[in-house]
Amino acid sequence: MYVCFLFFGSDYISIEGSTITLEQDSVEDEMEIATVRHRPEALELLEAQSKFTKKELQILYRGFKNECPSGIVNEETFKEIYSQFFPQGDSTTYAHFLFNAFDTDHNGSVSFEDFIMGLSILLRGTVQEKLNWAFNLYDINKDGYITKEEMLDIMKAIYDMMGKCTYPVLKEDTPRQHVETFFQKMDKNKDGVVTIDEFIESCQKDENIMRSMQLFENVI
Amino acid sequence: MAAGVAAWLPFARAAAIGWMPVANCPMPLAPTEKNKRQDELIILNVSGRRFQTWRTTLERYPDTLLGSTEKEFFFNEDTKEYFFDRDPEVFRCILNFYRTGKLHYPRYECISAYDEELAFYGILPEIIGDCCYEEYKDRKRENAERLMDDNDSENNQEGSMPSLNLRQTMWRAFENPHTSTLALVFYYVTGFFIAVSVITNVVETVPCGTVPGNKELPCGERYAVAFFCLDTACVMIFTVEYLMRLFAAPSRYRFMRSVMSIIDVVAIMPYYIGLVMTNNEDVSGAFVTLRVFRVFRIFKFSRHSQGLRILGYTLKSCASELGFLLFSLTMAIIIFATVMFYAEKGSSASKFTSIPASFWYTIVTMTTLGYGDMVPKTIAGKIFGSICSLSGVLVIALPVPVIVSNFSRIYHQNQRADKRRAQKKARLARIRVAKTGSSSAYLHSKRNGLLNAALELTGSSDDEQHISKSTSLIESQHHHLLHCLEKTTNHEFIDEQLFEQNCMDNSMQNYPSTRSPSLSSNNGGSTSCCSRRNKKTTHLPNSNVPATRLRSMQELSTIHIQCSEQPSLTTSRSSLNMKSEDGLRPNCKTSHLTTAIITIPTPPALTPEGESSPHPTTNISTTCSNIVKVSAL
Repeated sequence: MYVCFLFFGSDYISIEGSTITLEQDSVEDEMEIATVRHRPEALELLEAQSKFTKKELQILYRGFKNECPSGIVNEETFKEIYSQFFPQGDSTTYAHFLFNAFDTDHNGSVSFEDFIMGLSILLRGTVQEKLNWAFNLYDINKDGYITKEEMLDIMKAIYDMMGKCTYPVLKEDTPRQHVETFFQKMDKNKDGVVTIDEFIESCQKDENIMRSMQLFENVI
Repeated sequence: MAAGVAAWLPFARAAAIGWMPVANCPMPLAPTEKNKRQDELIILNVSGRRFQTWRTTLERYPDTLLGSTEKEFFFNEDTKEYFFDRDPEVFRCILNFYRTGKLHYPRYECISAYDEELAFYGILPEIIGDCCYEEYKDRKRENAERLMDDNDSENNQEGSMPSLNLRQTMWRAFENPHTSTLALVFYYVTGFFIAVSVITNVVETVPCGTVPGNKELPCGERYAVAFFCLDTACVMIFTVEYLMRLFAAPSRYRFMRSVMSIIDVVAIMPYYIGLVMTNNEDVSGAFVTLRVFRVFRIFKFSRHSQGLRILGYTLKSCASELGFLLFSLTMAIIIFATVMFYAEKGSSASKFTSIPASFWYTIVTMTTLGYGDMVPKTIAGKIFGSICSLSGVLVIALPVPVIVSNFSRIYHQNQRADKRRAQKKARLARIRVAKTGSSSAYLHSKRNGLLNAALELTGSSDDEQHISKSTSLIESQHHHLLHCLEKTTNHEFIDEQLFEQNCMDNSMQNYPSTRSPSLSSNNGGSTSCCSRRNKKTTHLPNSNVPATRLRSMQELSTIHIQCSEQPSLTTSRSSLNMKSEDGLRPNCKTSHLTTAIITIPTPPALTPEGESSPHPTTNISTTCSNIVKVSAL
């Protein structure tokens, strides 16, 4: 019986032990993440690199630092922030694509400079630059072509943001139909992929798109 | 939407450019900032301590004192600052709320003072962050209980009680003996009789005196009549008490199921059964057994003793630990009994005749009792016997403190877990409310905005003011963003209830299995949205009908009517915003529920309002007959 008790006892202790080590690991992980800090470039440098004024940069940085005191945004925080704007749906997939579009050097985090560069293009760039950015967003694997699968992923992500309670009810193949429409409009040589030139050309021909590109000019 | 992320709204709007090439409809106009003020620092002087912050920080929460124009009442012209004659310590927390979006509750602060400050600044306590919410609720509950206790004792001292009827008075007297002298008397009398009954049961088995014939008689048989009288008296009292409790109980069924009443019944049953069965010799043996149950009267003491009740509750809550102890003991006993049996099998005249017989030895040895009626004689038996007694010490002694500490830990944990469960529900509810709040704010403003527009067109401008609520710039920008998303995907946000209503109604209809003709007549449903809009504007100037009728008329004028949409949704869709969602067949998951279709050629049945709509268009395809909603009753 003593042996049995030891057996049971050791089981109990070993389980306890493993949970203890797990806790230690996660605590250390958290401490590691917390010590990564980032300080942005000087204000003058950023002003020269982007198309914002000093005051605008100040306002942007204050907002940025408020949400992310460590100076960088990782994907989790990004998704959290973005999902606050779309309470009804699930915006994590689209936020993931956005994150990849902003994270130009692909190091898994968005610093203030990346943020400003992206915003500078979106808000103060030429139509060409904006369309370029949008193409970059859609081209998930960054190979220079938008395939139907990539577009379907993007479309599903956008429709996910609507959530369930929509009118009319979202069907399974609504995104697919939308992708078909998109490709009909954009894919000029009907080869199943959209290149950057086809994209820019088709967008420039569409009046709606051109007008909507100017919509967010005065956002800051 | 949390104000903290309001700073990221420009980013979210910029990112919306990613939707533009995908959208097929033009986007709504962006709200303009009417008076773009430069951000300025404002000074808040709270009892001499000066706080400074940006104006936009305070304006994040426009429905509080500091965020609205209410603070102008506190503006001091001479010093150009806002002066508040309040506690500066608590103000620190409140200002931090504006800055970070999280309200914290400092531990050193008095709960009622804090509540007063929150009420003054117009902040709801429910916004307190999760880190401090538990503490806040605990303190608040303690405080409330303390106030309630004070009130109660005041009431008792005053002696002013609402008039209760006889039943309620009796029940109160039974439950709380201290309420009146009569109750106290009753309490002590029943207690006395329980004691008498128990002592009687004990004494009647004591042998007292002998009878000629060299036989010792227990007192019970010697003074049979006396004992019988005592027993009868006790049972009388118990019966009367039970019946009175039964009469006074507010819920008789629940009372009869409670443990105490079962104990009462079991305590007095043997007597009555004995009365009935005295003449029958066969069952007198069973009758004797029944008398054992009289000892249950001792449990009636638990009404008189709080400690017994707590002990009972403790055992009940610790049942699993006790069960485990029992189980491990049983395992140990079986193992050692088996070993001892086989070890002692060889020796002659061994008392270990079978394994169950060895159980007794094992139990006696492990609990270190050692009666000595069974002892091992072989060497192997002695070795194993000693191992048994050593392990007995460990097995019995160790789990007891473990159980005790387990019990105390579990007890406190349970309390905390219950608290957390209750608060988790509240927390989830708060999150849900916040979410639905922001989405319903959007829907609400959409309705208001569209109604506004509709009224403008129909020329009635006097109602405009009271419909358009003033939304802050950030809110209107957020709504614009959601509107763009709607335009991109060609679907609208609606309420959950409307959505479910939609599903239910669509499940009651049946559509032809073939594709709808709409898709063939238009190049994709989505492009028709823009063309439809232009067509429908012609209806507007002539109509001062409510939007519902417009809706249904336009429904009929479209080609495919197989699924009539909900007219009740019209409050959220004015004629301006008409899209051809008709083109996209609603396809709820419950669509496989098909009820009988009654095809009636007259369309008025389609519109529940019963209006006589214009004649149905003749280009209703033959495949989609007019479908009437069959109400599932």
